Amino acid sequence: MNRRENLKLLFTGSVGTGLLLTGCGPEEQALPENALLAGGTKGYRTEEERKRDQELLSETFFTEEEIKKLNILVDIIIPKDSESPSATEVGVPEFMEFIMKDMPNNQTPMRGGLMWLDYEADEKFGKPFLELSNDQVIEIVELVAWPERASPEYQGAVKWFNMLRNLTCSGYFSTEAGWKYIGYKGNQPNVWDGVPQEVMDKHGFSLPEKYIPIYLKPEQRGVVATWDDEGNLIG
Amino acid sequence: MSFQIKSSTDSYDVIIVGSGAGGGMASKVLSEAGLSVAVVEAGGDFDPAKEEDRTQLRPPWESPRRGAGTRIRPFGDFDAAIGGWDIEGEPYTRKNGTEFDWFRSRMVGGRTNHWGRISLRFGPNDFKRASIDGLGDDWPIGYDDIKPYYDKVDKLIGVFGSKEGIYNEPDGFFLPPPKPRLHELFIKKGADQSNVPMIPGRLSMLTRPINNERGVCFFCRQCNRACQVYADFSAGTCLVHPAMKKGKVDLYTHSMVRKVTTNEEGKATGVSFVSKVDMKEYKLKSRVVVLGASACESARIMMNSKSTSHPNGIGGDNGILGRYLHDSTGASRSGIVPALFGRDRYNEDGVGGMHMYTPWWLDNKKLDFARGYHIEYSGGMSQPGYGEGSGMDAMRKYLKDEFGNPKEGGGYGEGLKKDVRELYGARIGLAGRGESVPRYDNYCEIDPNTVDKYGIPVLRFHYNWTDQEIKQAKHMQDTFEEILTNAGAIPLGKKQGPETNYGLAAPGRIIHEVGTVRMGNDPKTSVLNSNCQAHTCNNLFVVDAGSFVSQADKNPTWTILALSWRTSDYIVDQLNKKNI
Repeated sequence: MNRRENLKLLFTGSVGTGLLLTGCGPEEQALPENALLAGGTKGYRTEEERKRDQELLSETFFTEEEIKKLNILVDIIIPKDSESPSATEVGVPEFMEFIMKDMPNNQTPMRGGLMWLDYEADEKFGKPFLELSNDQVIEIVELVAWPERASPEYQGAVKWFNMLRNLTCSGYFSTEAGWKYIGYKGNQPNVWDGVPQEVMDKHGFSLPEKYIPIYLKPEQRGVVATWDDEGNLIG
Repeated sequence: MSFQIKSSTDSYDVIIVGSGAGGGMASKVLSEAGLSVAVVEAGGDFDPAKEEDRTQLRPPWESPRRGAGTRIRPFGDFDAAIGGWDIEGEPYTRKNGTEFDWFRSRMVGGRTNHWGRISLRFGPNDFKRASIDGLGDDWPIGYDDIKPYYDKVDKLIGVFGSKEGIYNEPDGFFLPPPKPRLHELFIKKGADQSNVPMIPGRLSMLTRPINNERGVCFFCRQCNRACQVYADFSAGTCLVHPAMKKGKVDLYTHSMVRKVTTNEEGKATGVSFVSKVDMKEYKLKSRVVVLGASACESARIMMNSKSTSHPNGIGGDNGILGRYLHDSTGASRSGIVPALFGRDRYNEDGVGGMHMYTPWWLDNKKLDFARGYHIEYSGGMSQPGYGEGSGMDAMRKYLKDEFGNPKEGGGYGEGLKKDVRELYGARIGLAGRGESVPRYDNYCEIDPNTVDKYGIPVLRFHYNWTDQEIKQAKHMQDTFEEILTNAGAIPLGKKQGPETNYGLAAPGRIIHEVGTVRMGNDPKTSVLNSNCQAHTCNNLFVVDAGSFVSQADKNPTWTILALSWRTSDYIVDQLNKKNI
């Protein structure tokens, strides 16, 4: 679709919504996991950027064992529920794999935290983390998931778990499923005509009186603007 | 990206260095006057209307880092601007432990690919600050000199806003402003109680068309990604490319200018540049050279333009070149609005910036600092991407449990997931952007020990804030806390105090640096005359913000555009009169 066609659609308003995105082929609509593997960021890239993304995507940071630990943990942080999938289902560990390489200052604290799990599992239960029962895993998570309650000896692990929680949320809510769950309605062409009236009413707001005559009127957004010499819009 | 290298025998009427706001405007005006123009740009070409260049309307899952910033796109992986604070092979240094951060964009359109499109005119007072408060210097021109050009820029490029009749916030030819978003109404409630005015924003997005060349805004809030229908302003889409279509304009991309060449009489003869493609040196000839490489980069080129006729570089004889470097002040605070927890969902994208803002509203005679600031507001249901849901260790306590007690921070599970959803869209942000006092002691100079990968000596910065700026930042923090509280918001984080200079951003961080080749009537205390013509080289002009005598509490772009147009008219006039 060329720009002229875009313009035509946008001038007419609603038709633009679906069609503007039709430039994307089916491969660009792929699942997030596949999109991660398919290549770097889409759209305009410099050679330097393309090369870097390819390099990072070809490297491996997490070991298989670390991935197994992450799979367990991220689904504890964001589990599946009646309206949305779990963190592993939307590829959160793969996202974290990339972030570790893209932002390498995360590597040591993340690896350190995953190693601490085995230490703690051994202290408490006499076996490695991956051999724990679900209840035992939760027991360890409980030690570090609540910053205000955690005992001083766990402060380091609390920081790691905060980082893990942050990255899990980042990786989850930046997916299509995450958008759906959070209820994001934007990122599509539209004509902004203010906050819906029922929402205005609910919060007890009305528009500032003096600006009502000058706010953009959706029906005029195709009309080329003209002014008088004083800067008043006349057309 | 396209590469274009011409033989060194080419000669032009005008060479323009840089394709941002200043260079872009000059390319348009000068080519429309029938002159042959070469635009020399250090980065690549870029057109957001091309599908392969598009980053607009891409969801975060089309980025493996989900839109997080990178070294060359620090404002996000889909941000249009390429370059950043730290460019590989193009270093800059700092002196005496002082701070200065330099943001550069290497691409057609320069930093107009990045800016927030806040398009404010300087007012009558902004050109005469020394006469008002005795600090710094007046400009050699006044508002009346530049007003006709602001008018033309409004009509050519488009800006929405409201006519207010505020003396120092001159009205223009405005397109209709968009209605406020919900968080802006909450902030306005707080601002009203604090007697802080809030008026519709003044941003250069087309809420209605101004011609048949550019599309109209479809409200995706992604102007920072460059608009594929050209509904926002960037110098590439609105100035350079149209000039190339209509006039005699050649674009040299990936071309890093080393110096302006001069003859024995000291007149500019062209430029010498390194092609980043083959790392070879090229020369271009012209009758006039126009620098629009950005305030610091243009100063650097002038400093490096040493020759027998200009042993200290062009404009380097009086010790003013590089001096009076100044950036806007900046400080910010955010808050969370409990009344917005679990808010109704609807498409609230709007334009890529604030629908309402606060112009400076107080009288400095009653305050303990000089000069003012405007306030920018942010918030709302913006696109979830990298970072969404972060900080729940600190944020969950603002929610209440079933017994009305604050929830515990951190946690995991379904409850955590629900609380991220509950908090979504409830945060607001306030940011001040103020005027600093230009100082001789804040400057950039050539670092005698460092060159970039093209062998060109680099800049070294020396910059300190003074009490003026620190007290202004304190005033911002007090004001922000009051507005937040009155808006029913809970201020987040610790209020910044003297230990951090009240959260005053490091010099350079606001990306409004100006003043390095300032204009003036006295050749002893300025580098350019009031037409932005070098005192010591009459066919060399500067069209970026280097010429500013003082950077008002307004974003500089609209004034760069107006001044560049004015200077370009002057160049045409002087060529016609055979004065240059």
